[in-house]
Parts: sequence; C-alpha cells; structure tokens
Amino acid sequence: MIDLGRYAFAVLASYGIGLALLGGLVWHTLAANARARRALETHERRSDNG
Amino acid sequence: MSLWEYANPVRFMQVSGRMLPWVAAGAVIGTVGGLGWGFLTPDDFRQGSTVKIVFLHVPAAMMAINIWVMMLVASLIWIIRRHHVSALAAKAAAPIGAVMTLIALATGALWGQPMWGTWWEWDPRLTSFLILFLFYLGYIALWSAIEDPDSAADLTGVLCLVGSVFALLSRYAVLFWSQGLHQGASLSVQSGERMSHVYRYPLYLAMIGFGLLFLTLLLIRTRTEIRKRRLAALLARETRA
Repeated sequence: MIDLGRYAFAVLASYGIGLALLGGLVWHTLAANARARRALETHERRSDNG
Repeated sequence: MSLWEYANPVRFMQVSGRMLPWVAAGAVIGTVGGLGWGFLTPDDFRQGSTVKIVFLHVPAAMMAINIWVMMLVASLIWIIRRHHVSALAAKAAAPIGAVMTLIALATGALWGQPMWGTWWEWDPRLTSFLILFLFYLGYIALWSAIEDPDSAADLTGVLCLVGSVFALLSRYAVLFWSQGLHQGASLSVQSGERMSHVYRYPLYLAMIGFGLLFLTLLLIRTRTEIRKRRLAALLARETRA
C-alpha cells in the first residue's frame, strides 16, 4: 500500500474527482452516441418499410 | 486529396469510424498508464506526495487551453468556408474542454491548500482559468439556446473568438504578471530541465493520453452531432412532404 502521508486527502480527492469527471464524460459521450445511432437507425428502418 | 474532403459528413463518418479503435486504444494506454505510473512515483522532497497531482492537473490544464484553440480554428473554418462538420466539431469539443477546465481548477485547489495554505487566490492564472471555464459554459448554453443550427454556429463562433483572449491569458498569465501564486510552466523547451525525469516521463505519457482521449471523445461526439443533424433533416423533409 502506498503511504501518502499527511497529504493523503489532497491526493486521493484529486484522483477521485478527476477520474469521476473523466468517467462521467466518457459515459455521457457513449450514451449520447448510442441514443443518436438508435434513433437514426429506427427512423431509417421505418422510412424503408414505407 | 484535399483536406476539405474530410469536411464532407459521409467521408468524415468513414474515416473517423476507421480511426476510432486505434485512437481509443492509445487513449486508454496513455491515460491509464500515465496516471497509474504517476501515482506510483516517489514523493518529492518539498511537495511530498502532492506531486502526484501534477499528472492530472497539468494534462487537464493543457487540454483546457488547447481545446479552446481547436474550437477557435474550427469556428474560423465555419465562418470562412461554411463547412458544417467543423461547426459540429467545435460544438462537440466544448463539453470536453469544460470538464478538463473543471479538473484543472479542482485539482489546483486541492493542491493549493496544502502548498499555498489556501484553496483559492485571485491570482492571474487561476482567475483567467475560472473565466475560461465560464466561457465554456456560456458557449454550451448559447448552442442550446438557439434553435437554428447555422445561426447558433455563427454566434458561438464569435463567442469563441472573444473567449480566445482568456485562453491565451490562461496560458501566458504567469509571464504577464509575476506577482501571482502560481509558478511558471512545469515543462519548458527553452529553459532546459525543470523537472526530474522520474516525474517527467509519466507526465509526458499522461499528456499524450489526455490528448488522445480528447481526440477519441471528439470523434465520437462529432459523429453523434452528425447523426442528430441527419435525423433532424429527415424529419424536416417528411414534415414538408
């Protein structure tokens, strides 16, 4: 286990906040992309079927 | 082949689809490797374990400024040549830049408290970064507030030009005003070694990782915007028919 000494809060909070924000951004990007792709595919399929 | 061919949405979707797996793999290796390696580096003799924050703080701050510059270039291409993909790329980049700026501000405050004895100081670099963050929020809000996409692209392009002053200030504030708390650049090409190689190499890896992460997210988000635009065009055509 890494000993962060008396600055453990600053280091762990930085990594925690940073990784949570990056993770949230990646999740939001992928979810929005999947939603847009599904919506377009559904519409194009419906248009093809008349 | 002309560079402008990539401004065609169909061509962009083809090329970006082929690029994405490779760029994403590089982003994962660079970001996870850089941050993991950085976290395992030994403590600094003055800053103790807080030196590990540099591996998040510096790449995020670097990207916060560079993303705004990329948005400026894309906005200028839209304003001058009216290529829709460039306007959509600028729109897609803004939330990524806002998150990078927020990470830089949050990690800076967490680092500043034990090192400077304060979470925040109205220092030139910190203040210009806060204004840059507000510009990102304003840019995103302006895109959402205007219904017509071409008008939104025009107005956000102008906002991007104005905000570029603060992006440049964020980068060079420590050189303009020397009275601030924030130190000069951690890495410099001109002034030789400022940082031990123990920290420099993982920092380079994290910076490359953040750059590739931005490119990955930018490609995905631009593809999302193109799909949304296509769906809106199809729905508008059906309504007219």
